[in-house]
Amino acid sequence: MKDAFGTPQSLLVLGGTSEIGLATARRLVARRARTVWLAGRPSPALEAAAGQLRRLGADVHTVAFDALDSASHEEVLGKVFAEGDIDMVLLAFGLLGDQANDEADPMAAVRVAQTNYTGAVSAGLVCANALQGQGHGSLVVLSSVAGERARRANFIYGSSKAGLDAFTQGLGDALVGTGVHVMIVRPGFVRTKMTEGLQEAPLATTPEAVATAIEAGLRRRAEVVWVPGTLRAVMSALRHVPRPLFRRLPI
Amino acid sequence: MAGGRTSGVTLVYKKQIFMTFRIDTPINHPFRRNRVQLGEKRHFSGYRHAMPDFITALSVDDFASVTGWGRTAPTTALVVRPRTYEEAAAAVRGCGTRGSIARGLGRAYGDAAQNAGGSVLDMTGLDRIRTVDADTGMVVCDAGVSLHRLMEVLLPLGWFVPVTPGTRYVTVGGAIGADIHGKNHHVSGGFARHVRSLQLLTADGQARTVLPGTDLFDATAGGMGLTGVILSATIQLLRVETSLMSVDTERATDLDDLMTRLTETDHLYRYSVAWIDLLAKGAATGRSVLTRGDHAPLDVLPPRAARHPLVFRPGQLPAAPAFVPEGLLGKRSVSLFNELWYRRAPRARTGELQKISTFFHPLDGVPHWNRIYGRGGFVQYQFVVPYGQEEALRRIVMRISRRGCPSFLAVLKRFGRGDSGWLSFPVPGWTLALDIPAGLPRLGVFLDELDEEVAAAGGRLYLAKDSRVRPETLAAMYPQIDRFRSLRAELDPHGVFTSDLSRRLAL
Repeated sequence: MKDAFGTPQSLLVLGGTSEIGLATARRLVARRARTVWLAGRPSPALEAAAGQLRRLGADVHTVAFDALDSASHEEVLGKVFAEGDIDMVLLAFGLLGDQANDEADPMAAVRVAQTNYTGAVSAGLVCANALQGQGHGSLVVLSSVAGERARRANFIYGSSKAGLDAFTQGLGDALVGTGVHVMIVRPGFVRTKMTEGLQEAPLATTPEAVATAIEAGLRRRAEVVWVPGTLRAVMSALRHVPRPLFRRLPI
Repeated sequence: MAGGRTSGVTLVYKKQIFMTFRIDTPINHPFRRNRVQLGEKRHFSGYRHAMPDFITALSVDDFASVTGWGRTAPTTALVVRPRTYEEAAAAVRGCGTRGSIARGLGRAYGDAAQNAGGSVLDMTGLDRIRTVDADTGMVVCDAGVSLHRLMEVLLPLGWFVPVTPGTRYVTVGGAIGADIHGKNHHVSGGFARHVRSLQLLTADGQARTVLPGTDLFDATAGGMGLTGVILSATIQLLRVETSLMSVDTERATDLDDLMTRLTETDHLYRYSVAWIDLLAKGAATGRSVLTRGDHAPLDVLPPRAARHPLVFRPGQLPAAPAFVPEGLLGKRSVSLFNELWYRRAPRARTGELQKISTFFHPLDGVPHWNRIYGRGGFVQYQFVVPYGQEEALRRIVMRISRRGCPSFLAVLKRFGRGDSGWLSFPVPGWTLALDIPAGLPRLGVFLDELDEEVAAAGGRLYLAKDSRVRPETLAAMYPQIDRFRSLRAELDPHGVFTSDLSRRLAL
């Protein structure tokens, strides 16, 4: 069960090698979390992540999960929920893709869309149903500021996150009154291996800062969290910029 | 969940049911949860006795979001309102895999009377006072009867509840389940000490009579409803001559002064408590106002009051508004309040006559006072450290004062001998209770540190107020917890009685 500050005792991270996911897990393990499920494709990196959390004192399980295999989500995640209540699900998997390459290779672009959107839709719905049965729990979904308004520079990724963001908003509204809390996290540029080598955008942040914002959002039972918080104001201005001007902006 | 479900709504006006209608709600959308529409919050966090005369809607058997008095960590459960013992038994037998828990007036601050995904038995429908023996002061009543109701009925007969907490709006079942204490703990012990017998509905759906001195009684007194549903209880009352209190008030300039005064003269009073200003710093740290007293004897009443010595007429102010901005109770506003409260109190005054509601239940005057903390809610922190651990108490008070927790109406009290309940909170020692807005930055970590301090001093936290302790810390505080768990494993192997509290703390 979550405590008065929304801190969970059990956590399921979808995308078990995600740096933001793991930074959040570390932070929550330091507070209350005792049981952590890391769901991801079996790999040495997943086991290493599990080992790291175990050293912090958590009871960590890994589970084979592939975002692209939507048909398996019900069964794979059903097994996790059958083991006991999950107080918080963190939907952290995602693919950035390579915009320039993907524009020329439609199948690569589809892979980005399927991972970030279709995979998240099926996993999100499976988790939402399970949480609803429990009558409590938080579903935290990592969206992105890129989904707030499509940009020339990364609209494939941006559109998939836009879809995910809209889906999550609707899901959150559908779940009002069921005891399930749905929270959208919209980070800006986060310095991780996913963004390694890319040119840093203004207001860049770190996985640890995102984790801190998630913990604070859980306490407030927030519906949307921007990281850093100033992005909320920046994006609300940017989304009203006329398109001829917007496409010329160096962002 | 497939197909339709019927739910009924009863409109209540001035405590009279004047309209009942039923609604057929087809439920075919998987996310659709039927919510209580009218007066939802009134129903779950308030009580119609506490209400001014306006319409409240009570819904039967409906999914609803439920929280404790602190309004943190809401979860959704099927709320069932039994009106008879048989309905209660049927609800327990058919509660499903996520179990059931009894709920009274929802005054527990944390998640004790919540059961996410399961059912919550709203016991306030079982509200009959069965028998009153006006000669011996023995009352038999249903578990859903409030202490307010008992006072209304019994004071005119010259009897008073043996123990009352800071609010009258708790039920008898809740009073036993939390083994509540009051300002008279050093004289009278906890509520369960005055219970002569109780009817307990256990996991098998059978009602059994439970007598003091048995293991089941000791597990149930303070057992937070996890041994079963209390259906009714027989309680020994206290004889009083009047409904007024004779109160002595004095100020203590700091914590040491307060502790000296309490140690030296507490035994002279039946009721004793100290309000403590936790925001005062430096030499004034721990400055307090002591209010102590007893029921006024008939001969001290002025002639006018003596004509109706047993009248019970608590006043009532308008309810707190439903929406209060977050952060209204900041450090500045609370220090100002504390300053005024301290200065308002007389340096020393004896024999003042006060109404029962003024002396015991000042906050009951404002219905829904818990809303003043805003949407984020608040946590209540109450601990006890044994006598001999005054240093630990001093350190904790200093830390709270240094941290600047905006806490108004924090209270310090000396407990007397403890009782036999396995999870009953009071042990001989000093108890401090304070409210803190839940949104205070890094409050969770700070309270965890205080927990360590309390546990190291051999003290403990009060489950009825807790919403955040670590399971392993709690286990260190209650040595009988394993006994409690094994009795539960035997009596209720399938976990029929489950609450958010029991899930969180693995009780």
